[in-house]
Formats: sequence, structure tokens, C-alpha cells
Amino acid sequence: MSELKLPSIDYAALAPILIMLGAALVGILVEAFVPRRLRNAVQLGLALVAMLAAIVMVILNADARLITIGGAIAVDGPTLFLQGAILVLAVMALLLVGERTVERGGAFVAHAAVTAESAEDRRQAEGVGGATEVYPLMSFAIAGMLIFVAANDLLTMFIALEVFSLPLYLLCALARRRRLLSQEAALKYFMLGAYASAFFLFGVALIYGFTSGIPGRGAGVDFATVHAAVTDSSSSPVLLFAGMALLAIGLLFKAAAAPFHVWTPDVYQGAPTPVTGFMAACTKVAAFGALLRVFHVAFAGASWDFTPVLGAIAVLTMLVGAVLAVTQTDIKRLLAYSSIANAGYLLVGVLAPSREGLSGTMFYLAAYGFSVLAAFAVVTLVRDADGEATHLSRWAGLGRRSPFFAAIFTFILLAFAGIPLTSGFTSKFAVFGPALEANQAWLVIAGVLTSMVLAFPYLRVVVMMWLSEPGESTPTVTVPGALTSAALVIGVVATLALGVVPGPLLDLTTGAAEFVR
Amino acid sequence: MVEQILTIAQSEPAEAVTFATADGMLGSVWLLVAIPLVSAAILLLLGKRADRWGHWLGVGAIGAAFLLGLTYFFQLRGLENKQVELSLWDFMAVGNLRVDFGLLFDPLAAVFVLLITGVGFLIHLYAVEYMAHDAGRRLFFAYFNLFVAAMLLLVLGNNYVMLYFGWEGVGLASYLLISFWYGRPSAATAGKKAFLMNRVGDAGLAIGIFIMFAMLGTTQYDEVFNGVGSMTSTTVLVLGLLLLLGAAGKSGQFPLQAWLPDAMEGPTPVSALIHAATMVTAGVYLIARSNAIFSANETLQLVVVSVGALTLLMGCIIGAAKDDIKRVLAWSTVSQIGYMFLGVGLGGGAYALAIVHLLAHGFFKANMFLGAGSVMHGMNDQVDIRRFGGLSKYMKVTWLTFMMGWLAIIGMFPFSGYFSKEPIIVAAFEREGWTAWLFGLAALLGAGLTAFYMTRLFVLTFHGPKRWTEDIEHPHESPKLMTIPLILLAIGSVGAGFLLATSVPDWLTATNGLGGESGEHAPVLAHWLLTALSLLVTVLGAGLAWFLFRGGTATEPQPAGVVVTAARRNLYTDAFNEAVFEKPGIFLTRALVFLDNRGVDGLVNGLAAAVGGGSGRLRRLQTGFVRSYATSILTGALLVVAAFLAVQAGWLA
Repeated sequence: MSELKLPSIDYAALAPILIMLGAALVGILVEAFVPRRLRNAVQLGLALVAMLAAIVMVILNADARLITIGGAIAVDGPTLFLQGAILVLAVMALLLVGERTVERGGAFVAHAAVTAESAEDRRQAEGVGGATEVYPLMSFAIAGMLIFVAANDLLTMFIALEVFSLPLYLLCALARRRRLLSQEAALKYFMLGAYASAFFLFGVALIYGFTSGIPGRGAGVDFATVHAAVTDSSSSPVLLFAGMALLAIGLLFKAAAAPFHVWTPDVYQGAPTPVTGFMAACTKVAAFGALLRVFHVAFAGASWDFTPVLGAIAVLTMLVGAVLAVTQTDIKRLLAYSSIANAGYLLVGVLAPSREGLSGTMFYLAAYGFSVLAAFAVVTLVRDADGEATHLSRWAGLGRRSPFFAAIFTFILLAFAGIPLTSGFTSKFAVFGPALEANQAWLVIAGVLTSMVLAFPYLRVVVMMWLSEPGESTPTVTVPGALTSAALVIGVVATLALGVVPGPLLDLTTGAAEFVR
Repeated sequence: MVEQILTIAQSEPAEAVTFATADGMLGSVWLLVAIPLVSAAILLLLGKRADRWGHWLGVGAIGAAFLLGLTYFFQLRGLENKQVELSLWDFMAVGNLRVDFGLLFDPLAAVFVLLITGVGFLIHLYAVEYMAHDAGRRLFFAYFNLFVAAMLLLVLGNNYVMLYFGWEGVGLASYLLISFWYGRPSAATAGKKAFLMNRVGDAGLAIGIFIMFAMLGTTQYDEVFNGVGSMTSTTVLVLGLLLLLGAAGKSGQFPLQAWLPDAMEGPTPVSALIHAATMVTAGVYLIARSNAIFSANETLQLVVVSVGALTLLMGCIIGAAKDDIKRVLAWSTVSQIGYMFLGVGLGGGAYALAIVHLLAHGFFKANMFLGAGSVMHGMNDQVDIRRFGGLSKYMKVTWLTFMMGWLAIIGMFPFSGYFSKEPIIVAAFEREGWTAWLFGLAALLGAGLTAFYMTRLFVLTFHGPKRWTEDIEHPHESPKLMTIPLILLAIGSVGAGFLLATSVPDWLTATNGLGGESGEHAPVLAHWLLTALSLLVTVLGAGLAWFLFRGGTATEPQPAGVVVTAARRNLYTDAFNEAVFEKPGIFLTRALVFLDNRGVDGLVNGLAAAVGGGSGRLRRLQTGFVRSYATSILTGALLVVAAFLAVQAGWLA
């Protein structure tokens, strides 16, 4: 009987992942043993410290370029940059999640098991402290995302996908108010997510079958093997292309690309707003990180074949996002469609096969994450007695009531519209430039045209806020607590800074833009 | 004819221009721009909180800049290469275009810095009192500081883009300050007029900069000047004409002179600082700075000289027919800048003469504008000189200081105008052939006319019988804070001319191209004869005015002959602009609006309706049912798989 040989593990390189997983586990213990009244502070502190520690570890690892734990995890430039981005954005999201002064008890339901719309439900909505399970759930999700962008084989990637998806389904269901909407959103997200996972898994199976055809090499689903198989395998290419298509569908579902975006508006609207922000920023980074790795590393040899199909999806995504945003009447749904359109622009960056394309996409992800979190932070503040006032008609005249927050929101909308001196402009430039160089002018033209369409709904909100008289139903803007203020400041400052001096971050992404194989 | 002119061009190749790097004390030369800018920002951002002390901050900022300017000036004096450059950061780097955010401190820039901050400081001080009763005083000082910052940037930039940056900055400040009392329709209109006419000139300057970049690939001064020799003479001519258009727009020269007199709608300190002493001389600065370009083409120089001569005569003639004290001074500004253009157009040693006249003019014109402000202050804001008279008894300080300015501008010995204007007249006579007579006599005639209308202004205001409106009983002298700047400027009007004329030309030789020997030719008349002649026409003009107006004048407009009527109507230039530009412009606008409403808007609205309609229809697909979502995903998945397989089978490729 031969002795089992353990793979070598580089614990330092895995530290960010391990820290987040550890924090999640400790969080569960805290739920069990710490008295209720201390829990929120302890959990918040624990999650925050863990995230900061993970960020520190990412920074310490900055020069690591290695594949570890038996080839399951690749720690390289894109991994580290994306992990850093996920963690920083997650800190912002955590600040929104932890906010307890804007609404008494926070944005989350106190007892998820209470029947929605019952008398007991109304009682808990009036200020009982929200569930603190959200913190470990969030830590699990973040750990999953960190693995997702570092996964070096398709199975690890699949497991990471599930690890970060399951907590997100739960988080979506935990809104304090409008619980039916929230639970419905969570259920939809879960069912469709499971559906998409099935596609992904089926794709993995097909790819596995395809790799068995390499002469003199065993089958496998690690990216090096897949990469070799694309050029050398003697198996039927139908396996490869069908597998690639199904894998792409699983990932594009998470990235909210059309026609796999259908869940997005409902889920974004139903989920508690901090969670929506978390999904819009961090899930997007994770999904595109995985897309980049799969298509730049595993399937690099087939780029001539997948580019037209993914390009068509990108154009469709931009069109659907931009056109549907025009008639939205709810701010959260509007931002959801904007997020869909942005997925289209990001795909343009993914399809530019150069180093600049990779770095531009990463830049876009980070910049967009800051802006979108700031946008959702403002959404949490505009409220009336029944919670957030998300219907757009309620935002009319907001500029007169609260010029400061209306100005901030205007600035963020201008950033989404890609006006110069905001990060929206530089990041679009960063993905469209490499796409032009890669002769993908049609994608850039579609991107610019849809940006014009998309500017309309943004500016409509701006016009509404500033040029309408405030009415009876115009809500006031709550003064944000320290946590929301911090998140808002980080988001707005980053949006401005990345628009005015994008140099440092661009240098960072360019330096990081190389995968290990 | 044209070809002949074009072939004459291309004079001697200029020596290579090199700038030293600024170090030591001069490394902080950026502070000159930063201090007023920060002060302006503070005044704008703090809002009402700064109302109580804001004006003193404004004054202090300019005072500090002046002191700094002085120390830099003395630093520069000790240097071997008196052109020091300070590159701060890359302003823009797009493709081949690299623009440096850099400053150049050289003798030319140094004298401008001293003029802007020195005279600027005195006028700021004056404005503290002048604007004391205005609710918007803090805002006024914010704009004023913004102006000084932009003007300093204009003269300190080390490339044309920086110059353009400052150029637009002073344009903005000028617009804001002309229409400072925007409640008055006339002030709002004047602001717009200034802005629009300046746009015409600015467009010329911008296109000129584009040409530089297209031809030479750079906008840095040194590289452009060194590269002038490599351009064809036609290119140099076109480039020069475009720069001249910019200069004419900013300096109120023909054909873009009409905005400057209207700009007097702004508060009087604005007229004194921006529309007399500093900003309007930016055109002269531009030409003097670009001397390598202008000296390289004789046709170009001829155009500049012609513009200068024509404008100086126009200004004199119109100025003689105006009755508004500030407008007379405004037209005299137009006319005096005409002299400066004449000087820079003559080239060679006359560049320095023009700069000397510019500096001297800065003093005496600021002096007179502030004097006019002081008169208005004491006379309930009356500006009609037919309604003054006999004020010498009531406003002793204003009277005496204004007298210094008056004697200076008409070029009376030994006041400063004599030392600065007379050499330009002589230089005009030093040209070749018949143009010496043409431009020389124009300059001489201008001197006589200047003496006439300025004396008319002076006599009608301060002497003769009182013709005041009923509401004025006791005109009063202005407070100390207003008279002290007047006195200091009057001292400048007396003494500056001699000092400047003897020192500045030597000092300026260190700036490339400004050190040429004056006139290769002897003047067509003897020098002493020209001096005597210019003094004679001055005395004649002044004497005639004294004779005609010592007894006062009618308080109502009088019927007049052809010339005076034309002059009252600004020589029909406004009517010309209206007929040639405004009317067709209005028609064009109407046509475009029609086209826009029917054609473009129709298309755009149609598209928007299509998008909106499509959006409304697509929205219905978003039913909210998971089953329909799943179907949509499945359909998408089937399509994607099919597409991949189609690609693989080669159907789509």
C-alpha cells in the first residue's frame, strides 16, 4: 500500500482565504456563545478585523506568483488584485451592513422565521436589533469569492461558486421591511442560481471528456490541462465547444449578462440594500475574475472561436441593460439594469486579448465597485416612515430638500454615465482602448451608442432631483451614521480620484496583469 | 503681388533659444500664481463667512505676490542666463502631444509680474473703499484675485497652452467682472459682448496653437522659436495672423475693438486694472513673446503695424466725440494700445519701446481711471463730462493726480508718456520708403489728437463753469484709502517714464529677440526735428482743446457734421458688425433652429420614442415568474451552445 502523498501547501499565499473562512467559523461560535446585546458589535468588529487582516496579507503577498495546494489555487497578479478589490469593496459593504443608526436595528430582519406581514413581524420591524448571522454569512461569501478568483481548476471554481452563492441567497432573504419581496427575490435567485450551476457543472463534465484525448497525458480539469487540450486533444471539438458554452453560461449568469440577467432586477430590488450593493460590487468582481481566468488561461487557444459569440452576448447585454433602464421607475431596478449594461462593457474588456485588456477590465471592476456601493449607500438614506423610498417619483425635488446628498448622487450618476473627471470615464476608456487595438471596433461602437442611451435614465434622475419642486411625498434624507458616512466618503473619493489621477491604480493593474499557468 | 510679398519673407535665422532651469529661490516662482488663486478659492468657498475680512485677504494676497515678485526680480538680475524655466508636471500627454505645466521667468515676464502685482495691489487697495457699500464686495475681490492669478499664469507660462490657459482665465474673470452688476441689463449685455468678441480672437489663438503642434509637434516656447526657421513663409504668415487675431481680440484692436468701451460697465477698479493696465495688454505680450514668429515675416509685421496705426487713429477720433468719462478713457486705451501694436510691429529695438510704453501706460491709465472713479464717487456716479466742471476746487487730490496722468498720456515733457511714446513715433519714421511717412505721420497725428481729446476731458471735468445736475450740492473728495493709491500712481505717472525708458530696454535684451538694435535706418527726418514736432502737435492739440472748452460746453447733444457724427457712432464699426455679422448670424441661427427642430430633433425624438417603446415592450418580458426566467435562460443557453457549435463547424466564420 503506497503512502498517501500530501500536496505542498503555501499557507502564506492562502492566508487571505483562510482568514475569511476562519472569521466565518468564529462568527458562528459567536452567535452561539456571546450574549445577544454584545453580538452585533463583536461580529462587526470580528468581520472588519478579519477583512483588514486579509487585505494586509494580500498586500504582503503582492509579489507572489505561484500555484499551490496541488494545483487547485493560483496566486498571481490578477488573483491578488481581484482579491484586494473584493476585500476593499467588501469592507465598504460591511460598513453599510453594520449601520444601525439610519434605521433602528439595521437593515436586516430580527427573526427570519417570523411569518411575513404578521403582527409579530410588524413588531420586530419597529427596531428590534437585526439578525447578526449576516456577518458570518458575509464572511463565507467573501471567502468563496476569494477562492473563486484564485481557482486554478474547474472543480475548485465550482465549489467556490457554491460557497459564495449560498450565503448570498440567504442574505437576500433577510430584509427588515417588505419581507415578502425579499423572500421572493431570495427564492428566485436560489432556483435560478442552482439552475445555472447545473449548466456550469455539465460544462465541466464535457470539458473533462474533451481533455481525455490528449496523447500521453491524463484527463483533468485544471487549466493547464484544458489549455493543452485546446490545441492537442484528439477528442471531438463538439465536446470542447459545448463545454465552453455551458461553462460560460454558468459564469455569465453570475455576471448578469443577457439573456442570463433576468434574475438581476428582481433580486437587486428585493434584497436588503447593503446586500444589493455587496452583490453589485463584489459578486461582479468575482464573476469577471473567473471569466478572465477561464477565457484568458484555459481557453486562450480558442479565442478566435469564442470572441464572436461572447461579443454578441456583450452587445446584447449592453442593449438590454441600457434600453430597459430607460423605463424603470424604481431606483434599485434602475441601478440593476445599469449594472447589467456595465457587465456588457466589462465583457468588451474581457474580449481584448492583450495585457491592456486584462488590466483595463480589472481597473473597471474596482472603479465600478466603488461607485455602485456609494450609489446604494445613498439609496439607504432616502427614506420615509416605511423604510427606503425607492420609487423614482419620490425622488423628485430631492435636490431642494437635501442638496448635499443629491449632489453626491448626481456625481455618482455622472460617473456611471462616463463623464470625464470621474472614474466612469477613465474605466470606459481603459476597456474600450484595448478593444479597439484588438480590432473589436464593433464592440466599442455598440458600447458608445448604448452609453448614450444609458445616459438618459441617469440624467432623468438628475433632472428629477434638481428641477422638480419637492412634493408632499418627497422623503427626507436621513443623516447617515458614521459607518455609512465612511462608506460613502470612500466611494465618492475613489470615484473622483480614479477619474482625476487614475495613474497609480492603472499602473497597479498593469503590473498585475499576468496569469501564472 | 501676394507671391511677391510671400517671397520677401524669411528674414535672418534667430539664434537658438535655451532656457536655464529654475533652482534655489526661483524654484518657488509658482507661488506667484498659487497665492492669488488660493485666496480666490477661499473667498469663493467660505461664502458669507468671509464677508467681514475677505477684502483684506484679497489685498494681502496681491501684496504678498508683489513682494515675492520683487525678490524674484532681484534674484533674476544676478543670473547669467536670465531665462529660467520651472517644469512642474506633465499637463497633458496624449499621443505625440506633450504639454508641460511649466513656468518661464525671464525679463519680459518679470516686468509684467511687477506691473500686474504692483499696480494690481494699489487698485485692490483702492477697491476696498470704492466697493465698501456694495453687498458683493467679497465676491468682487474673489474674482479680482482670480483675475490676477490667471494673468500671472498667462505671462509666466513656458508654452502656448499655458498661455492659452491664462488667456481664457483672464477672459473669464473679465466677463465676470464686467457683468458684476448683472442686474443692470447694460452690464449683462456688455459682459456678453466682451465674451463673444473675445471668442473670435481666442479661436484664432487656438487654431494658431494647433498649427504649431501640427507643424512643429510642440507648443513649448523654446522649441517653437527654434523651429520657426523650418516652416515655410506662408505657414509663418498664417500662424502669425492667427496669433494677431487673438491679440487683437484681447487687446481691443481693429477689427475686434468694439467690446472694450462697453466693458466700462463694470466697477471702475475693474476698468482700471483689467481693461486699462493689464489684461488688454496681453495682446502686446503675446506678440512680444512670439517675436521670433513675427520677426520672421515682413508681411506679417506690416499687418501688425497697420492694425496698430489704424486703431490708434480710430481710438483718438472716437475718443474726441464721447461724453462719458470712462468711455473717453476706454477709447484712449484702445488708441494707446494701438501705439504698442505699432511698436511691436516695427520689430527690432521697437519691441522694447512698446513694452516700455505698456508699463508707463499701466501707471498713468490706472491713475486716470481711478481718478475718474473718485470723481464719480463724489458726484453720485455721474459719468457725463458735460455735467462736471469746476471740480478742481472740491477734489484737490483727484484733480492734481489726474493732471499728472493727463500730462503723461499726452506725452508732455518730462512726464512719462513723453519718454515712452516719442521713441515709438521716431521708430515709425525709421521704416523703409514711403511707409515711414505713412506710419510716422499717423503716429504724429495720433499724438496731436490725443492731446486734444484728453485736454477736453480734463478741462470739462475739473475746470470751467459748474454744470452739475440738481441733486449734487457738495462734491466731496474721496477717503484716504482711495487717494493714497492715486498719489502713488501719480508719482509713477511723473517719474516712471524716464526710469523705464533708460533701464527697461537693456533689461529686456536678455529675453530672446527683444534686444535688437533699434532701426537699421536713420529716420527720414532728423531726430531732434521729430521730437520738436511731436511736442508741437501736443501743445497745439492741448491748446485747441483749452481754447474751445475752457468756457464749458452744452449739456445736451449738439447737431454735428459728418466726422463728429461718425465718431459718436464709433465710426460705424458697430453698425458694420451688425449688418455684416449680426444680421446674417441671426438668419443663420433661425435657419439652423428650424432645421434642428424639424430635422435633427425629429430624428432624435423618433429614436428616443423607439428606444422608449422598445423598452416598454421588453419590460413585459420581465414578468416576475421564475418559470419564464428559467425559459429565457434555457433559450439563451440553447442559442449560445448552438452559436458555439456553429462557429466550430465554420458556419459563422
